[in-house]
Amino acid sequence: MIRRVLPHGLGRGLLTRRPGTRRGGFSLDWDGKVSEIKKKIKSILPGTPCDVLPDTSHLPPEHSDVVIVGGGVLGLSVAYWLKKLENRQGGMQVLVVERDHTYSQASTGLSVGGICQQFSLPENIQLSLFSASFLRNINEYLAVTDAPPLDLQFNPSGYLLLASEKDAAAMESNVKVQKQEGAKVCLMSPDQLRNKFPWINTEGVALASYGMENEGWFDPWCLLHGLRQKLASMGVSFCQGEVTRFVTSSQCMLTTDDEMVTLKSIHEVHVKMDHSLEYQPVECAIVINAAGAWSAQIAALAGIGKGPPGTLQGTKLPVEPRKRSLSPPLQEEEPDPANLEVDHDFFQEKVWPHLALRVPAFETLKVQTAWAGYYDYNTFDQNGVVGPHPLVVNMYFATGFSGHGLQQAPGVGRAVAEMILEGSFQTIDLSPFLFNRFYLGEKTQENNIM
Amino acid sequence: MWDLVLGDRRINSLRLVAPMLNGTRGIHRLGGAVVPEGNQKKERTMLQFLTNHFYDVEALRGYLFQREMSKVHLKNRSFTWLEEQHGPYSAGAFFILKQGGAVKFRDKEWIRPDKYGHFSPEFWNFREVPVEAVDASDCEINYEGLDNLLLLKELQSLSLQRCPHVDDWCLSRLYPLADSLQELSLAGCPRVSERGLACLHHLQNLRRLDISDLPAVSNPGLTQILVEEMLPNCQVVGVDWAEGLKLGPEEQPQDTASPVPA
Repeated sequence: MIRRVLPHGLGRGLLTRRPGTRRGGFSLDWDGKVSEIKKKIKSILPGTPCDVLPDTSHLPPEHSDVVIVGGGVLGLSVAYWLKKLENRQGGMQVLVVERDHTYSQASTGLSVGGICQQFSLPENIQLSLFSASFLRNINEYLAVTDAPPLDLQFNPSGYLLLASEKDAAAMESNVKVQKQEGAKVCLMSPDQLRNKFPWINTEGVALASYGMENEGWFDPWCLLHGLRQKLASMGVSFCQGEVTRFVTSSQCMLTTDDEMVTLKSIHEVHVKMDHSLEYQPVECAIVINAAGAWSAQIAALAGIGKGPPGTLQGTKLPVEPRKRSLSPPLQEEEPDPANLEVDHDFFQEKVWPHLALRVPAFETLKVQTAWAGYYDYNTFDQNGVVGPHPLVVNMYFATGFSGHGLQQAPGVGRAVAEMILEGSFQTIDLSPFLFNRFYLGEKTQENNIM
Repeated sequence: MWDLVLGDRRINSLRLVAPMLNGTRGIHRLGGAVVPEGNQKKERTMLQFLTNHFYDVEALRGYLFQREMSKVHLKNRSFTWLEEQHGPYSAGAFFILKQGGAVKFRDKEWIRPDKYGHFSPEFWNFREVPVEAVDASDCEINYEGLDNLLLLKELQSLSLQRCPHVDDWCLSRLYPLADSLQELSLAGCPRVSERGLACLHHLQNLRRLDISDLPAVSNPGLTQILVEEMLPNCQVVGVDWAEGLKLGPEEQPQDTASPVPA
């Protein structure tokens, strides 16, 4: 633009001012002259940006098909699979609302990053196996043009579980289920254990199960970063804010047994910005609760649990934050979850004696660093909650995994996306993890909890 | 789809895409480029500019990348029918030969494909003869392809030099060959790191292991020492453990160590 204008208007005057000076070079403040000319042209030409309307770039959009509350690995995984499995490109508008963009208290970042298939429920085993194959092929799933490939720093050492006499039978049946589902786990007797790992004290051990493949630990930040990058390229919007209110509408309907039931549906989500009272109402069709340790608060906002206890309306979401630093404490001695300070004495008194007994080399162990994080602990049966709520028809859960969320995230994300898009679980059937079990009292419990 | 891109611009963008893919191995450029550096930078920024400005170019590049990936998957599919028909050894040998590697049956000569990819079909008759050695250098074997390789239960020597898709996950899968495998070479594999080498502890019968030239290993000298400790009966070749060590205090120049004579 400027180049075109210059020769016509002012340039001719400048460049052909005096014939003698042209050879001698231009005057010293040529750069100053250029910037003056640029300013003059800018003021003459129309189209300067005028700030009449307020800046709303930090607010979320006013409409979104799906709002995902919680930007941790589960929320991002649901968003990824929703965009991947949608039938039309650009068919779904997805918004991910995360309260803390530094992820300072999020369970994902503070997680150890372990993946293991040694569960007793077949659904858990299938979820972990699928997640292992997702992580293995992560550079195909989360490929973004011109971005460098992701290095998960996966360490493929297996998990070794030891069982005493009374737990040996349970371990054997678990391993049978795991082998049936396709996990590569093998049972070892104490002699084989001593042969393989001479540094373990096998006193009191009757049986051990060792995972040979697809078990180990990886870097959860890399997965988080990869998911965010891929989602940004797929067109998912991110917003930093807190969900403070759901605006719902109710409908009373009769069931087949002539019972009155109030079905609610959320049609607006109020997202409040950080450090201000400003909020944006987002119109939405579906809300996904992936808020991790704080899912119960989000569920309470939608009115889940507000009713006489013992009824479906009165059944709360039994997920609460539990602080974990190095290993799970005994039931009676739960640490205070108000902050994430590490209790070093706990390690010294409760954990170290067991470690030193099992591995004599650890007697001279010193803790170098320690950190604490929250489990989104499901107080009912310590397994995840997946799927829609029976009364709030458009709220879907993907939370409550009590320490396994990271390793089951890809599988759970896919299951929730299938539930939304197809109406039922297509690949892995997670019906034992639906919300109904809290009302019906059917526990889906794991035999060995890690 | 093409209405946004004018006629000659479309041809230009395709022409830019094709040399990138032929000269390098896909968008992530694993194999190393053939195009000289200066040209490469200019081409790359032009391609990036186009990708950032046109959805079509981005979608096309994404599609081409997925197509390359599916080609690798096709090469690594499981030959279960062949295994039923001709036995595990012949099926495994066929897999290796199809990829471009070489196979040696017990008491027979090496079978290699020629430069056109053809190989002699005599091995179909070797139903009961186990495969002793496999040379899979520069083959595109990945985790799924190891399904076929692990059919060869009595394999003694395996060479996976410069395989671009062999990574830590693949190494954790080699434990079924622990009883028979005596020689393993991983030289030049770009994706193998020390974490994968740690899970070779299952292979207790290994006598010779080559871990030279592994770009993803952060500390080659230390890794060599740890691997030697992990496999005491094995000769670990490839890295000189003294490289990267600093000089000790007795080897430093004399005038800094001893006081100046009075």
